[in-house]
Amino acid sequence: MESLYAIELRKITKTYGKEKQVAVDEVSFHVNKGELFGLIGPDGAGKTSIFRILTTLLLAEQGEAWVEGFEVRHEYREIRKIAGYMPGKFSLYPDLTVAENLNFFATVFDTTVAENYELIKDIYIQIEPFKDRRAGKLSGGMKQKLALCCALIHRPRVLFLDEPTTGVDPVSRKEFWEMLKKLKMQGITIIVSTPYMDEASLCDRIALIQYGKILSVDTAENMVKNYPEQLYAVKSNQMYLLLKSLRKYPEVLDCYAFGEYAHVAFKNAFEAAPLEAYLRKEGLSEIEMKAVEASIEDCFIKLLKS
Amino acid sequence: MRTIRFLLQKEFRQIFRNRAILLLIGVMPVMQLLILPLAANYEVKNINLSVVDHDHSGYAQKLVAKVTASGYFKLRGYGASFKEELKKIESDEADLILEIPEGFERNLIREDQQQLFIAVNAINGVKANLGGAYLTSIIKNFNEEIRIELLPPGRFNPGPVIEIIASNWYNPLMEYRFYMVPGILAILVTMIGGFLSALNIVKEKEFGTIEQINVTPIKKHHFILGKLIPFWVLGNIVFSLGLLVAWLIYGIIPIGSLLVLYGFLAVYLLAILGFGLLISTFCDTQQQAMFIMFFFMMVFILMGGLFTSIDSMPDWAKLVSRFNPVSYLIEVMRMVILKGSGWRDIWPQFGIITLFAVVLNAYAVINYKKTN
Repeated sequence: MESLYAIELRKITKTYGKEKQVAVDEVSFHVNKGELFGLIGPDGAGKTSIFRILTTLLLAEQGEAWVEGFEVRHEYREIRKIAGYMPGKFSLYPDLTVAENLNFFATVFDTTVAENYELIKDIYIQIEPFKDRRAGKLSGGMKQKLALCCALIHRPRVLFLDEPTTGVDPVSRKEFWEMLKKLKMQGITIIVSTPYMDEASLCDRIALIQYGKILSVDTAENMVKNYPEQLYAVKSNQMYLLLKSLRKYPEVLDCYAFGEYAHVAFKNAFEAAPLEAYLRKEGLSEIEMKAVEASIEDCFIKLLKS
Repeated sequence: MRTIRFLLQKEFRQIFRNRAILLLIGVMPVMQLLILPLAANYEVKNINLSVVDHDHSGYAQKLVAKVTASGYFKLRGYGASFKEELKKIESDEADLILEIPEGFERNLIREDQQQLFIAVNAINGVKANLGGAYLTSIIKNFNEEIRIELLPPGRFNPGPVIEIIASNWYNPLMEYRFYMVPGILAILVTMIGGFLSALNIVKEKEFGTIEQINVTPIKKHHFILGKLIPFWVLGNIVFSLGLLVAWLIYGIIPIGSLLVLYGFLAVYLLAILGFGLLISTFCDTQQQAMFIMFFFMMVFILMGGLFTSIDSMPDWAKLVSRFNPVSYLIEVMRMVILKGSGWRDIWPQFGIITLFAVVLNAYAVINYKKTN
């Protein structure tokens, strides 16, 4: 069956336990074919639950979802053939070697490593020197590459990557995103979840998620562009006092800590001199102010508060 | 078929790579069969006896000599005060006290009767029971001798006496090993099959590998068969190893046919592997599976008729042991190995164990959900 989207969700809801704690709350979005889509939100936002529903590991209570036109509840057999899933936790056989793991998953999907070697070649070359080493004995980055190889070995049409860069060093993270870009060029739809806001710009489109609800779906660029106010970064010698003082200042619309700066939005036009004078009166020194562009994180915070 | 072949290849690879499991399979049965049958001996020896003698007569000494000469008792004390000797029971030095009253010999001759007192430490039930019984029978024997000695020949009027001569069928010398070894082997096979299958599947859950399997097109029954077959094979290997040990060390050669034995074992292993599988579907960690399995194993072993006969259990316990697959294997092993029973004799047990295999596996498969 041909469908318009690679992935489509319509009002998917999932609750856990007797208390009916809502993990996924009427989530609807779609992923275009061949897109690199990011699901971005903090821990416990419901990202993994959505992935498990789409990979047919979990049944949603309400709503419908399709992967490549196959409905997740009834046509799960078809989805399992065309989807590749890399869970957040390393879950290959630690007592089998790299080559054995890869071969095993190839045979399970009724294919061979040779058949799709060219798809995984770039990644596999990096772990090939260790192919007789047991998977459990690999380093974190190697494990992740092996897991990606195993998820790709049957040339899936949709690739699900659940927090692939969590706990990975910055260099490997960068490398990993490079790999994803290459895979995308092979025509594989990729949906990736991450708690890191800075990875948002690497995706074609992103969905911001919190408390099981989708806050916004758009390209990272548009999201930033549509940020309604001009933001200013303010710095001083005491962060806590700075925030407290800023909140008392009548002109301030919103302010929050952002790294070593406080991000501030104003109700009216920004005037530096009166604010600085006010802050000095409050007992702050080393005051620094500058206009900044909103980031995805700012968008996220804004969406959370509204 | 192809999928199963690859699954089996993977399972065997993992098993042979796990040195602990290999040791478990190879060494455990041999060690246990070498040690346990020697220790699990019902014959009670070395019962510590304390004698309180208020009489100090010839008969009293004769009695004590007879008791100690039996070989079952060790004389730990010989005193004149019951209180003193009771302290020995309290400090666990003595298991039994035999009190000989004052005027034992005199009254026995004059009044034709006398009483003895036996105090038994009943903390160890088996020892107390058997010790008391041995002592009673020795005293009875002593009594007979005295009667013959005291009554002049001819005047001894033999009353009607029933003499019992017992002959032990299937195990003429009442060798404990002959029925302990098959029983212990039955338990070994059960433990290996049950624990390994339960822990293996839970391990896949714990490592998250089951998730990775679940997103593949592998079918439920393929996965389960891929798990059951290796452990079924291992169970058979352990059993064969056990039979070999029984033959080489204890000289036990099954009187019945090996085919019957292995035929029953084949189905029995399916039942016990199904049980392991069922437990694994309820557990998320190996620790949970281990404890639940232990609980059932204790019940299976203690109520399986290995140490205590099921026939002498109360009705409720008999009912419970009917649901104990181990009891059927122990029974069949003893029947075939010692008695030479054939298919026709064991078919009720065979039928029940088949039912166990079907029900346990079906329940496990239903309970093992691929999607939550």
